[in-house]
Amino acid sequence: MKILVCISHVPDTTSKINFTEGDSKFDTNGVQFVINPNDEFGLTRAMWFKEKQGATVHVVNVGGPETEPTLRKALAIGADEAIRVNTPATDGFYVAKQLATIVNEGEYDLIIGGRESIDYNGGMVPGMIAKLTGANFVNMCINIEVEGTDVTAAREIDGGIEIINTSLPVVIAGQKGIVEESDLRIPNMRGIMQARSKPLKVKEPIDNQIETKIIGFTKPDSKGAVKLVDNVDELINLLHNEAKVI
Amino acid sequence: MSVLVYTESEGGTFKKIAFEAVSYAKGIADMLGTSVTAVSINGNNTDQLGKYGASKILQVSNPLLQSFNASAYADTIAQAAKSEASTVVIISSSANSKYLAPLLAVNMEAGFVPNVTELPTSTSPFTISSTVFSNKAFATTEITTETKLIGLAKNAFGVLENDTSLTTEEFTPSLSESDFNTKVSSLEKANDKVTIADADIVVSAGRGIKGPENWGMIEELAEVLGAATACSKPVSDLGWRPHSEHVGQTGKPVSSNLYIAIGISGAIQHLAGVNSSKVKVVINNDPEAPFFKAADYGIVGDAFEFVPQLIEKLKEFKSNNA
Repeated sequence: MKILVCISHVPDTTSKINFTEGDSKFDTNGVQFVINPNDEFGLTRAMWFKEKQGATVHVVNVGGPETEPTLRKALAIGADEAIRVNTPATDGFYVAKQLATIVNEGEYDLIIGGRESIDYNGGMVPGMIAKLTGANFVNMCINIEVEGTDVTAAREIDGGIEIINTSLPVVIAGQKGIVEESDLRIPNMRGIMQARSKPLKVKEPIDNQIETKIIGFTKPDSKGAVKLVDNVDELINLLHNEAKVI
Repeated sequence: MSVLVYTESEGGTFKKIAFEAVSYAKGIADMLGTSVTAVSINGNNTDQLGKYGASKILQVSNPLLQSFNASAYADTIAQAAKSEASTVVIISSSANSKYLAPLLAVNMEAGFVPNVTELPTSTSPFTISSTVFSNKAFATTEITTETKLIGLAKNAFGVLENDTSLTTEEFTPSLSESDFNTKVSSLEKANDKVTIADADIVVSAGRGIKGPENWGMIEELAEVLGAATACSKPVSDLGWRPHSEHVGQTGKPVSSNLYIAIGISGAIQHLAGVNSSKVKVVINNDPEAPFFKAADYGIVGDAFEFVPQLIEKLKEFKSNNA
């Protein structure tokens, strides 16, 4: 089985969110970038398939050279090969078209993305890859088993869980649950050394028009200070008469 | 030409987010000088949609679509958009809508902007604002494609009444076998509880409640308020509560009207998941808990003292205001 894990290179959760160039670009100054958490859960599941079922695992990212440390980290965790599509990840549809090309060329059986990236929160890339390549799709995936070409997956729905039967090739958008937080791997020295000599291929983007473009950012108005109360009568009064939520 | 809106129902009953989506669609239709067409898949009492501004219903009654199927639903909506020549399509942000959205966008070759909270700032060029960075910022995006797909954030625009006279047409999508390549074999869902996704109020607790044996008061508070229960990550990691109740960046997002956090310190990952809730109340005995900075109302004090009091006083309040 050939697995492709799509990795988004995102600012760490604790990053300060600021904008630059007339509020048109995210300010990366002093920001630490990481593997998108939802993608890391999927990557870890891919490692399980590699170890238990002999799968080959490639990772891919759409982005400039500054994203390569994130791909090297994925190699250090255990991926066999990395691909970088050399273009800024401007909008979800554009990224999905780049990735669909990689999927078609590499004839992958299982394509793993994340439920959403923690920067732009679009949640659209995995589903779009599926539709563009004709693969099946499971969103918000919290478990996946593969036997031959049969796939059994679990999807988190509002208020429950759904078990889905489908077949390869399949794209899943993973999240916590596909593996647990305690299963996540920190690269060890051996992995880091090996990652240096693993292939990291750079591909040029396919020429494609964009569908959306961000023209500016704003930050929400800073909220007022918390109102502290010392008794529940006052709290109920405020929630009823001021906030009007009960 | 009309603005097309997918109105989500479950077991035939329309969800509140469907009414919110119609209200929003009406707002855009007014900007464009057109009307609203709603797609209903096996929904009952479609007349209700007229109350929020729909003038036409495309009613799809197909037993194959009785249970949700992302691919088949996306194809249905795309075909409806085509038959209405709609260039603006609105969906909501439920788990199911998020599943079908990317399939629908590719199908219609539409630029897609999710997590939209307000009406477009302009319709030519088409620019629209949405939340990014877990609600820590807004992005204004220009959609450059002819067809535009908009994912409306939950509980941001609100439900607005706008009585409109309504016509209903049957709509029969042509579905292919490949639409059913993913099949749901079983489903686990507690039907007696308000879900975090649907709830107007969410009561959430963290490690401050000291152990699973103390969960009863959280349930009781939720019951008095008609609220869903949720928890912080440590509480689900410790196994006190199921993962499905964990809210935060790697858990479920909460966009309720009221979020009550009991004994939750407010780690940045937790706040990322609850930022879009409108009013946040924190009860915590640590005055330095970071959550107080993000809250609207707070009580610095012992949950075991204040939560039972809150339950009693809310019961009184409810019976006086019933």
